[in-house]
Amino acid sequence: MSLKRVNAVVVGAGAGGGVVAKELSEAGLSVVLLERGGWPNFEAHDHDELISQRVTVLGNAFGPDDRRHRRVVSNGNGGWRVVVPSDGAYNNNAACVGSGTVSYGAMAWRFMEKDFKLRTTYRSVAGSTLEDWPITYQDLAPFYEKAEWEIGVAGETGADPFAAPRRQPYPMPPFPHNQEGLVLEKAAQELGLHPFPIPMLRNSVPYRGRPACIKCRYCVGFACEVNAKCGTHNTVIPAALATGNCQVRTESVVSEVVIDDRGRACGVRYFDAENRLQYQTADLVVVSASATETARLLLNSQSKLFPNGAGNRHDWVGRNLQGHAYTGAFGLFEEDRYDDVGAGATIAICDYNHGNPGMVGGGMLANEFIRLPYLFSGIRPPGAASWGRDHKEFQRKYFRRCVRVVGPVQEMPVFEARVEVDPVVKDDWGIPVARISGSRHPNDIEVGNFLAAKAEAWLKKAGAFQTWQTGAGRGVSGGQHQAGTCRMGNDPKTSVTNPHGQVHDIDNLFIADGSLHVTNGGFNPALTIMALGYWVSDYIKRGWKGSRFRS
Amino acid sequence: MPKCSRRHFVKALAVGVGGSPLLSVFAATPWRYFTVAEAERVDALCEQMVPGDEDPGAHDARVVRFIDQQLRGPYRQHQADYRKGLMGVDETSRELFARGFLELSWEEQTEVMRALESGKAKGNTWKNQSASAFFNLVRNHALQGFYGSPRHGGNRGYASYRMLGLDYPQIIGQNRYR
Ligand SMILES: Cc1cc2nc3c(=O)[nH]c(=O)nc-3n(C[C@H](O)[C@H](O)[C@H](O)COP(=O)(O)OP(=O)(O)OC[C@H]3O[C@@H](n4cnc5c(N)ncnc54)[C@H](O)[C@@H]3O)c2cc1C
Repeated sequence: MSLKRVNAVVVGAGAGGGVVAKELSEAGLSVVLLERGGWPNFEAHDHDELISQRVTVLGNAFGPDDRRHRRVVSNGNGGWRVVVPSDGAYNNNAACVGSGTVSYGAMAWRFMEKDFKLRTTYRSVAGSTLEDWPITYQDLAPFYEKAEWEIGVAGETGADPFAAPRRQPYPMPPFPHNQEGLVLEKAAQELGLHPFPIPMLRNSVPYRGRPACIKCRYCVGFACEVNAKCGTHNTVIPAALATGNCQVRTESVVSEVVIDDRGRACGVRYFDAENRLQYQTADLVVVSASATETARLLLNSQSKLFPNGAGNRHDWVGRNLQGHAYTGAFGLFEEDRYDDVGAGATIAICDYNHGNPGMVGGGMLANEFIRLPYLFSGIRPPGAASWGRDHKEFQRKYFRRCVRVVGPVQEMPVFEARVEVDPVVKDDWGIPVARISGSRHPNDIEVGNFLAAKAEAWLKKAGAFQTWQTGAGRGVSGGQHQAGTCRMGNDPKTSVTNPHGQVHDIDNLFIADGSLHVTNGGFNPALTIMALGYWVSDYIKRGWKGSRFRS
Repeated sequence: MPKCSRRHFVKALAVGVGGSPLLSVFAATPWRYFTVAEAERVDALCEQMVPGDEDPGAHDARVVRFIDQQLRGPYRQHQADYRKGLMGVDETSRELFARGFLELSWEEQTEVMRALESGKAKGNTWKNQSASAFFNLVRNHALQGFYGSPRHGGNRGYASYRMLGLDYPQIIGQNRYR
């Protein structure tokens, strides 16, 4: 028995999937948006650090839960370990309508022009599958713009001299700097750097029917209490529902994309909220389940023509898993620097994203988000007490006198850093789970150390009397910024989709999420993923002939 | 000097010091997982992690209640670590000072803590369980119970939030946080 056929089924209601659902339903397609989590519930987490999407020691308020979900991760010496989502090694993002865009810090970055052309800019890098994107910044620019205006970004147009050209200004004015932002701004200018206010997917003024940010203490890791943070759950997904063409089905866990013997996607099988297996047929399928879960779903979708998984003829599905090494420095000050005004992060520089002598790539540097008491109890200079009287004294004295500058390293894709499907372990629905292995490229460590030194110099200039750096480890990268596992490209032998997110050889199967990234920028990726949602949708809409997709 | 937490504790519970887990099954225990005797030891360990000074410490913030609750919830998998580890703590205490952990002075307890932390603690238990891993587990849990949200049983009276000058619940639109 199958459910009433629809034009499009979209798997995953996160950054990419939310945008696709809106674009297709507005274009008149009937859409079913399947999401394994529920609608985000503010009351359920209530400012609770220990279940926030930042700390997670007692669980993830915005999913997934530890009871039904697991993954297998390599321990680095040939062994494997089963982990649950509250364990950092699980490399979680989120699972609810909106996914990470509910609890994110909401930095809203456009990648730079060179970020789409790393191979051309730096040539090949040994041990890396480094490649240019098959599309350019110019291709994506109109869709970045759409994301900024429809979902909502506050920023200072023209303030970042390294930013790629833009046609329209930001729709909302920037957020003013907090106290540490002001101190860092002055120091950056003295160093000859180019600081500017971080663009944010957060309302600085009332926008599109939602209020302005109240600058409260709880932002990154939490849902916004007043709904001022802009995610897909409170913008594009409601817009999709308003068309009358889109149905969101929550608590729906997709287990397989069904591909017929001729190589066409027929729909998806999923377990509904009552754990009944359903078959939703559709004219086309868009997978937006995030880099790890999209790869897992494709690998779990075996068919006659694709016995190793959908789109996996050449063994590229799940490869090149990337995230961001986050490196930087902490500085201690004689006076209070932290004013507890949310969201905390206000200032950034892009001076070190490219053109670093002898180095490939780089990354943006910014001050840190809001300070969380338990999280801060793990932040100490080398050699400082990690418990006892001195530890407590440090907490009391420096909670407001410690500033962090940190940023995401643009990572080099590594073929062996990958998502597979575990041959043994299954989740609560009996679906084989994702298995993650591999390690970062040595370049990421080197660039990370370089950025950490720059962050430290910035803090020193700002008056820190003691500073220390934090570098990156060699472990596998993924997590909240996971990307790259179904790379787009022109050559079907070295990519999973074409430049429009259409899976090679399966004309009515598309991907629209971070999996498509060839490289992941020296920036937080959400705005780029949203822009890709618009980009892929645009292609689908142009090929949609009233009943089916023709490429 | 941090105040000795143990006396309060025993008085508050109005029960004797139950030696074996078996005995305390029959004792009226206010705990979800721990025996009364175990809870006393955890309380003392946590107080070492976050001692009371001009601000409350782990005992006053009732961190042991946080841990006890989590051991019946998300930290279920650590039940055995505690049960065995607490025996190990007493063994190390006896090795060093010929008395159980609760019988030691504050400074002696601190020495036991250091031995555990270094992983060089003596005691039968530590032959098949890592003392430093147990130490780290208790430290992390103590810090979570002290600095985390009161809704999980610790941080009583918002002790750590008060110490850091964080109003709770946060009052929006008012005289911001000071
Ligand atoms: C605390 C935090 C802070 C962050 N801060 C920032 C920031 O400041 N700036 C920024 O750019 N990014 C930030 N991010 C990252 C950002 O949220 C992600 O990059 C983005 O959400 C990824 O988009 P995606 O579409 O690839 O996947 P997701 O948004 O994760 O969407 C995937 C969705 O698919 C669902 N799904 C998966 N498998 C299935 C299945 N089998 N069946 C049904 N549904 C399924 C998932 O539940 C999820 O809802 C942050 C994330 C977190 C958690």
